[in-house]
Amino acid sequence: MQFPPWTEEHAQLRDTVKQYAINELAPHRFDWDKAGEYPAREVFKQLADLGCLGIRFDPEYGGLGLDWWSTVAFIEGLSHCRNAGLMMSILVDTDMATPIISEIGTDEQKREFLAPTITGEKIAALGVTEPGAGSDVANIRTTAKRDGDDYVINGQKTYITNGAIADYITLAVRTGGEGHGGISLVLFPTDTPGFSVGRKLDKLGTRSVDSCEIHFDNCRIPRRNLLGHENAGFLYIMQNFQGERLVAGIMAYTGMEIAVADAIKYGQERQAFGRPLASFQVWKHKFAEHLAAIEAAKALTFQAVQKIESGQDPTKLVSMVKLHCGDLAQRVTYDCLQIHGGYGFIEEYDIARQYRDVRLLTIGGGASEVMKEIIWKWHSLGG
Amino acid sequence: MKIGVCVKVAPDTDTRIKISGDGAGIEESGIKWIVSPYDSFGIEEAVQTQEAQGGEVILFSAGPKDWQTQLRAGGLAVGAERAVIVDDPALAGTDPLGIARVLAAGIASEGCELVFTGKQAIDDDNVQVPAMVAELLGWPHVSFVTDFSTDGSTFTATRNVGGGTQEVVTGSLPVVITAERGLNTPRYAKLPAIMKAKRKKVDVKSLGDLDLSADDITPAVQLTNFSLPPERPAGRKLEGDVDTMVQELVRLLREEAKVI
Ligand SMILES: Cc1cc2nc3c(=O)[nH]c(=O)nc-3n(C[C@H](O)[C@H](O)[C@H](O)COP(=O)(O)OP(=O)(O)OC[C@H]3O[C@@H](n4cnc5c(N)ncnc54)[C@H](O)[C@@H]3O)c2cc1C
Repeated sequence: MQFPPWTEEHAQLRDTVKQYAINELAPHRFDWDKAGEYPAREVFKQLADLGCLGIRFDPEYGGLGLDWWSTVAFIEGLSHCRNAGLMMSILVDTDMATPIISEIGTDEQKREFLAPTITGEKIAALGVTEPGAGSDVANIRTTAKRDGDDYVINGQKTYITNGAIADYITLAVRTGGEGHGGISLVLFPTDTPGFSVGRKLDKLGTRSVDSCEIHFDNCRIPRRNLLGHENAGFLYIMQNFQGERLVAGIMAYTGMEIAVADAIKYGQERQAFGRPLASFQVWKHKFAEHLAAIEAAKALTFQAVQKIESGQDPTKLVSMVKLHCGDLAQRVTYDCLQIHGGYGFIEEYDIARQYRDVRLLTIGGGASEVMKEIIWKWHSLGG
Repeated sequence: MKIGVCVKVAPDTDTRIKISGDGAGIEESGIKWIVSPYDSFGIEEAVQTQEAQGGEVILFSAGPKDWQTQLRAGGLAVGAERAVIVDDPALAGTDPLGIARVLAAGIASEGCELVFTGKQAIDDDNVQVPAMVAELLGWPHVSFVTDFSTDGSTFTATRNVGGGTQEVVTGSLPVVITAERGLNTPRYAKLPAIMKAKRKKVDVKSLGDLDLSADDITPAVQLTNFSLPPERPAGRKLEGDVDTMVQELVRLLREEAKVI
């Protein structure tokens, strides 16, 4: 059996997205990163036109109904935009805020929210983290109180990617008592009165997209916007995290592949002591080690993809992917910057930005320590 | 209107070419194959013409049937309707005239009225096949076209003739048009179109299917030996203030490079 099970169409999908990313997105990476924003409406429209915004979603709502390997191909292609902030913004929309709608949403919810996301008319965000609750999701305090046919929402969220540009947020709120048994997910339109975007956060990396504080002041949304069952939200969030973390792993290995290829090329061109830097054994060995480690990270990621594809619970493997790829990216990117010397420290080569961007990989979407907790829990349960 | 496009599959532009062990060809393993980029301009123009005038875009290739992978990705996924590949052992040693005979026979058998090709393929750079195809079909041919339009019976084609001068050629169909960069911007294959292209028809034909035989494509030209161009010497960096550097540059251009 061929592994991964790429078909010709997967390869073509990756190639066409790669061409698009190289021609239309990559040329703007320095400018968008500096500006702290990018023309999101335009980019989402282009991506929708290419057919990229509903890869695994039901054709009934405009999706393509393809498999997870197609998502892998899409992200591999997209990574050639060389801009992790931009990728995060796109992938929050396609793979973090929306899969749960596709999985448990009602027909009405899918028509109102999912379908226009696939056509690029609506941009989605995921709102879980709060100033007082990040890793400890069960502790969120934003409330949604029933009032007739509505929920009335109060509270705040932070670090919300796409927060300032989103048309709606897949939002975690407290509908019941303390702890994980009192959380629900709702679909929150951002034109709801009482909603406001607060500070746009000044970030170390992924600067092309906003991540911001958002506030809810007596925001009224219809109860039909509840996703799934009331107070079952914690489970949905954990379910949704699996795809989100897997996507982070794919982003990590594709990013490393690009950074290492760049670094080797630089090392072959840059002369010191009368010879190319890359001809010193210390660098040859270092990159040989990284190439091997990236290949292993990729194999682990593919194993998790296969697990998700086969419908089995991927939690343990996905947590390993997130932990392993996120941590590895730190070491790999460190060396890729190191071989650039002073040039690596200047925002002229991609590596300075990549170095800043990868730092998020061990924090966002679940910190490495949290991944270890999950892996250990599953391991000790014999899972 | 049936619109034909002649398509060659060639090594990707950033391939590092290696000569094969016997020196009579290139090492083919590990090469990424793509639709020759000028042919992509031809495909795009054909699809735009079809979108405006109706009809059908048919791709023609003389080469191994494995080319269908690239024809699907670079042609059928961007709007061409079907493809004809002529795959025959006799094609291996033939020359541009042999290829042109095969393509012309394919085009004639489908009854096309308009044919696009790239101005040249990026591997051999022979720039011969399109004119030969036109000649064999008895059609006129306009090369290096940067702008094209047709109303279905007549056409207008613009070509650059150097020094910034443009030539505008008008005439009536049928015609063979060869595409120069700038004719259009080829579209990206959309994901749904890639999936649809999987089911589009690719006919693999033999010489016999086109009433040709190996004798018809006996090469007049044979390629016997390949060698790589000499390695480029390392660049030289001029030092000093601007005046010194400019003087030195002019001296080098005159005395060493002998270009001024
Ligand atoms: C750029 C960016 C974009 C983001 N986008 C989004 C978004 O779109 N939507 C969203 O909901 N959230 C988003 N987040 C939030 C992100 O998911 C959280 O930052 C993350 O889950 C960690 O939560 P925290 O920041 O509150 O850290 P804390 O929970 O305070 O944890 C701080 C540190 O403590 C350690 N730690 C935590 N738990 C344990 C433990 N059990 N054992 C040992 N050590 C532990 C870890 O090292 C962790 O890094 C984003 C964050 C950033 C920085």
